[in-house]
Amino acid sequence: MSLFGITLGIAFFVITQAQTSGFEAFFIRTILGTNGAIRISDSFQDMHGTVRSSSKEGKTRFFFHSREGARYTEGIENTELLRNALLHFPEISGISEVLEGNAILNGGSRSQTIQMHGIVLDDHIMVSDVENQIIQGSLSAFESDSMTILLGNRIAQRLMLKLGDRVTIEGGTGNLQLRIAGLFETGVSQIDKNRAYVHLSTSKAFLGKRFSGSIFQLSMFEPEKAPEISAQIQETTGHRVVSWQEREQVWLDVFKALRISSAITVSSILLLSGLGIFNVFAIMVMEKTRDIAILRSMGFKPSDISAVFLWQGAIILVIGIFLGSCVGILSTYGISKIPLRIRGIFSTESFVVNWDLSHYLWAILIAVLFVSIASWIPARRAAKIEPAKIIRETV
Amino acid sequence: METKDLAKPLIRISNLEHSFTEGEGTIHALRGVSFDALAGEVTAVVGPSGCGKSTLLYLMGLLDRPDSGEIHLEEDSVALANDEIRTNLRNTKIGFVFQFHFLIKELTVCENVALPLRKSGVPEKQALRKAKDVLCRLGLDDKCDRLANKLSGGEQQRVAIARALVHSPALLLADEPTGNLDTANSEKVFQLLIQFAREEKIAVILVTHNSEIADNCDHIISMKDGQIINR
Ligand SMILES: Nc1ncnc2c1ncn2[C@@H]1O[C@H](COP(=O)(O)OP(=O)(O)OP(=O)(O)O)[C@@H](O)[C@H]1O
Ligand SMILES: [Mg+2]
Repeated sequence: MSLFGITLGIAFFVITQAQTSGFEAFFIRTILGTNGAIRISDSFQDMHGTVRSSSKEGKTRFFFHSREGARYTEGIENTELLRNALLHFPEISGISEVLEGNAILNGGSRSQTIQMHGIVLDDHIMVSDVENQIIQGSLSAFESDSMTILLGNRIAQRLMLKLGDRVTIEGGTGNLQLRIAGLFETGVSQIDKNRAYVHLSTSKAFLGKRFSGSIFQLSMFEPEKAPEISAQIQETTGHRVVSWQEREQVWLDVFKALRISSAITVSSILLLSGLGIFNVFAIMVMEKTRDIAILRSMGFKPSDISAVFLWQGAIILVIGIFLGSCVGILSTYGISKIPLRIRGIFSTESFVVNWDLSHYLWAILIAVLFVSIASWIPARRAAKIEPAKIIRETV
Repeated sequence: METKDLAKPLIRISNLEHSFTEGEGTIHALRGVSFDALAGEVTAVVGPSGCGKSTLLYLMGLLDRPDSGEIHLEEDSVALANDEIRTNLRNTKIGFVFQFHFLIKELTVCENVALPLRKSGVPEKQALRKAKDVLCRLGLDDKCDRLANKLSGGEQQRVAIARALVHSPALLLADEPTGNLDTANSEKVFQLLIQFAREEKIAVILVTHNSEIADNCDHIISMKDGQIINR
């Protein structure tokens, strides 16, 4: 019975952790593949920061002269300088210049406001997963013709547009006729509903921002390090640098809370099993008081007596851990095959699970903790039995 | 050699005192008890209920510690020895038989008897063989593989004696071993104790209310109110 509880507790623990952390990992992959690890945008005037860094890069002096008195500059003004500065960071695996701007997309019968991202495709492939997000058309069709556009699939659905259709974008400096070279789906509905990619040169011309206003999207070899690298870049370049962890803080916190709360919930199964074991052992100690007394009178040591209970606890624990892990592994595998269509903050076709040894280690740790306490207390009580007292009382 | 061994007392207790605190009051169960017991002899301890016979036996058996006084077991002072030494001595030198048999009902007769040997590290097979030998001498060879709780009272008490003797102790302490038995069985158990004491040179201390049995012992110690009143 207690064994069953331990088995179940460990299995559930592993399964729920695999799921929540699986979804989290999948979410992170999605956002990294969409918005990159680090985004560098507006420069801002931080006297100390810029003065300190000016000697190193020579870049920030530029802002002082050109924008005297201005507190803030939209976008990156000198992209080449910044790009060179970023080459000093070996952690960065790709740099893509993106010019963002709003426009109205007119698909003939209907129109909507879109977020137009001007990109250099080769660079952008380095910092995003756009290659795999294309669901219709092709990137090569986009690349070869600067008057084409890549549309989020939800926009296409809404405006009833097909591959190859011609659309007009309005706003900025005028109207521009573009052909749809591809449709993409990131799984993040906010993006699929609003975003469109055009060539960087096209968007610069359209928005009339030939030399400024771009942002940088960076990818990293080890995205976990993004916060420190961001801070370093911000320090040395005087730009606003945001890591993905900072950007998606809300969601990451939600996932963390989810993971911890499910761990706590499931741990209560282990706690209950621990109480069960405690109960059984405590009753056993009471029932076996006489046997323990006579064993002590024969020269069995207190440690011999407690060892009996600790061994039993250990056996339950070992078998429970083994069975629980097996059930956990099998169920996790089974769950990963359950079809499930999610659209929203990310998209997937089936349950996402994350295989992580640490889930097992945590489950085992918690089980060990509870079972140890549950067997240790009765074992101690058994060891403390005074043989003379018990024998005297037994007539 | 043998005579010399016999001349020395196996256990010598001097001026033992022991009291129990119960609530506010203190009960002086033993008020200065001294005597010797020789190997190979049976000593009966008699006296009215509550005079301290069991208390004396538990002190001699190192299950309890005296308030004062001294116990020498084979010349070693053991009254104040530490728990580890006392536990070890119980395992090697002392055997107990109580009014209640204290057999472990989940184990077979043989396994019960083998327990003291298992504790001292004798391999299982050897221990069981030795246990069987002893059971044979007590006329229980056919009951070896039965569960302990499937025997009659007399048989169970004989099994308890076998368990107390299996590790060849120097001292056997028996607290009313025949208290729960009918006359025939009492007689049988008593004869076995005498026989073992003689054959194995064991000092036997026997608490009993049965005056017939007491009269057949080598010595009688009469107690009253925690003191010895004659020898
Ligand atoms: N655990 C205890 N707490 C308090 N008093 C005790 C305890 N054990 C024994 N006594 C008291 O100590 C005295 C001696 O008890 P003991 O058991 O040695 O007597 P006894 O001679 O063996 O009696 P009986 O023949 O009935 O077995 C008695 O007055 C008893 O009430
Ligand atoms: Mg008594």
